[in-house]
Amino acid sequence: MEPIEIRFNIDWPGFSLAVDEQLPGRGVTALFGHSGSGKTTLLRCIAGLVRAPKGRLVFQGKVWQDASTWVPTHRRSLGYVFQEASLFPHLTVIGNLRYGQKRAPADIPAEQRVSLDQAIDLLGILPLLDRKPDRLSGGERQRVAIARALAVSPRILLMDEPLAALDLARKQEILPYLERLHDELAIPVLYVSHAPDEVARLADHLVIMDGGRVLASGPLAATLARLDLPIRLGEDAGVVLEGRITERDTRWHLLKVDCGGVDLWVRDTGVPTDHPVRVRILARDVSIVLAPVAGTSILNTLPARVLSLGEDAHPALALVQLQAGQSTLLARLTHRSADHLGLAPGLPVWIQIKAVALL
Amino acid sequence: MFLTDTDLQSILLTLRLASVVTLILFLVGTPVAWWLARTRSRWKGPIGAVVALPLVLPPSVLGFYLLVTMGPNGPVGQLTQALGIGLLPFTFWGLVVASVFYSFPFMVQPVQNAFEAVGERPLEVAATLRASPLDAFFSVALPLALPGFLTAGILTFAHTVGEFGVVLMIGGNIPGVTRVASVQIYDHVEAMEYSDAHRLAAVMLIFSFLVLLALYLWRPNPKNT
Repeated sequence: MEPIEIRFNIDWPGFSLAVDEQLPGRGVTALFGHSGSGKTTLLRCIAGLVRAPKGRLVFQGKVWQDASTWVPTHRRSLGYVFQEASLFPHLTVIGNLRYGQKRAPADIPAEQRVSLDQAIDLLGILPLLDRKPDRLSGGERQRVAIARALAVSPRILLMDEPLAALDLARKQEILPYLERLHDELAIPVLYVSHAPDEVARLADHLVIMDGGRVLASGPLAATLARLDLPIRLGEDAGVVLEGRITERDTRWHLLKVDCGGVDLWVRDTGVPTDHPVRVRILARDVSIVLAPVAGTSILNTLPARVLSLGEDAHPALALVQLQAGQSTLLARLTHRSADHLGLAPGLPVWIQIKAVALL
Repeated sequence: MFLTDTDLQSILLTLRLASVVTLILFLVGTPVAWWLARTRSRWKGPIGAVVALPLVLPPSVLGFYLLVTMGPNGPVGQLTQALGIGLLPFTFWGLVVASVFYSFPFMVQPVQNAFEAVGERPLEVAATLRASPLDAFFSVALPLALPGFLTAGILTFAHTVGEFGVVLMIGGNIPGVTRVASVQIYDHVEAMEYSDAHRLAAVMLIFSFLVLLALYLWRPNPKNT
């Protein structure tokens, strides 16, 4: 899949955006940043809802914007999910779904077409079809909005914090559907979020934004493990590892996950064995010892090697990048401890991981 | 029938005038309201003020200017004469033109408010669902602003029915052509026919009350997003 070329410069009073990137043409790309970092504006530029002067946007070989071209939003082959579901209140759920579906161009190849049935099935909204939007819960509304965006058979799906307006329970209700999209749809997804847990769960590629600029852009695991960036994530600094479940311990209700040569034990959530999974390990949950410790309650203790040391947000704290198997992990400890242990690149150590979250 | 034939004639004329004016204003007022609701132009203020002028202007002032403009020496009068239509004052269509101006804000303002309440978002959603701007206007903006249109239609109709000063200035008092109900009442009073005036006035009073009652009883469902 061809990458998406974007170049936008906006200079509004109190806000600027300067982005010149290539975004991957497949998988889920998270645009991550605090509010005001420009991530939503960037998404709106890509959708054509905001027209950045002198911008350039090339999607799958088609120029959507450059000095002489401007393709208006309704001629761009995209689906857009807004933060608030923004369903049309005068139409039923099925009316909302049909609105975009019947306006999708007739020349979309059959294999790229998303049928209404598929969209309804993917988001599990069959029982809701005849209701008006005001008879739906917040989570249901957002699922309908996602199905509506898919029903136009887009070549790219843009999602602007689709979960931000929902409470935790509603989020948990929708996340599995988003994961299904990730697994079952071939189209690229741009996912704007300020929630590290959503990014860790859904993204393949991570673009970190701050002050209207791109701080970092790269594959999720590698970008999260960078030492120069986690500072921005504060308490959420940590890594995501891809793995596979290799063993189920029925006595203790635990699963063994093989993450690139590292075996981790996690709580059994009922995922079938051999299923690909993601685990998230926060830097604050990783501690370092020089030799394996006997008599510890910590389940996951692994040999590792120090790669490098870096500064954390607070002057007392250090971030240590470690290699275990083929995986890179981060540990947060005080400079005093680092000095005390004599940590230096290349030093073999043992790491104790207090918590591993199966995503 | 307790109303005389001329009374009835004046009522039918009034209803005809109000219907034609309301219909024309739906067509003319909607684009103006749409523009006022969405523009960021610096002309929004001045245009909005001009639209609102008939709210504060004495009807005689508005009628006077229209009379001069549409008269034999006025620009509009010369145009209508050149087109072979003749002069508009003291004709039914002269009344229509005058009433369109006079009732303009009663159409534009509720519709403008309704469009503003719809906001930008539903139109953006429509665009991402591949609706062209014109398509989105008819399939999203109009249905969502429908309550505003109903309010505007009722207000415009009722306001045109209640017109007096402008009619007198521009239309005079020609039976069956420009003598609407409010003028007919005035004539009755002038002629000391108080009981006739009473009957017609009562009809107008009841009509006006029923229109306003309908407007206040009828509440659109609160909007859901």
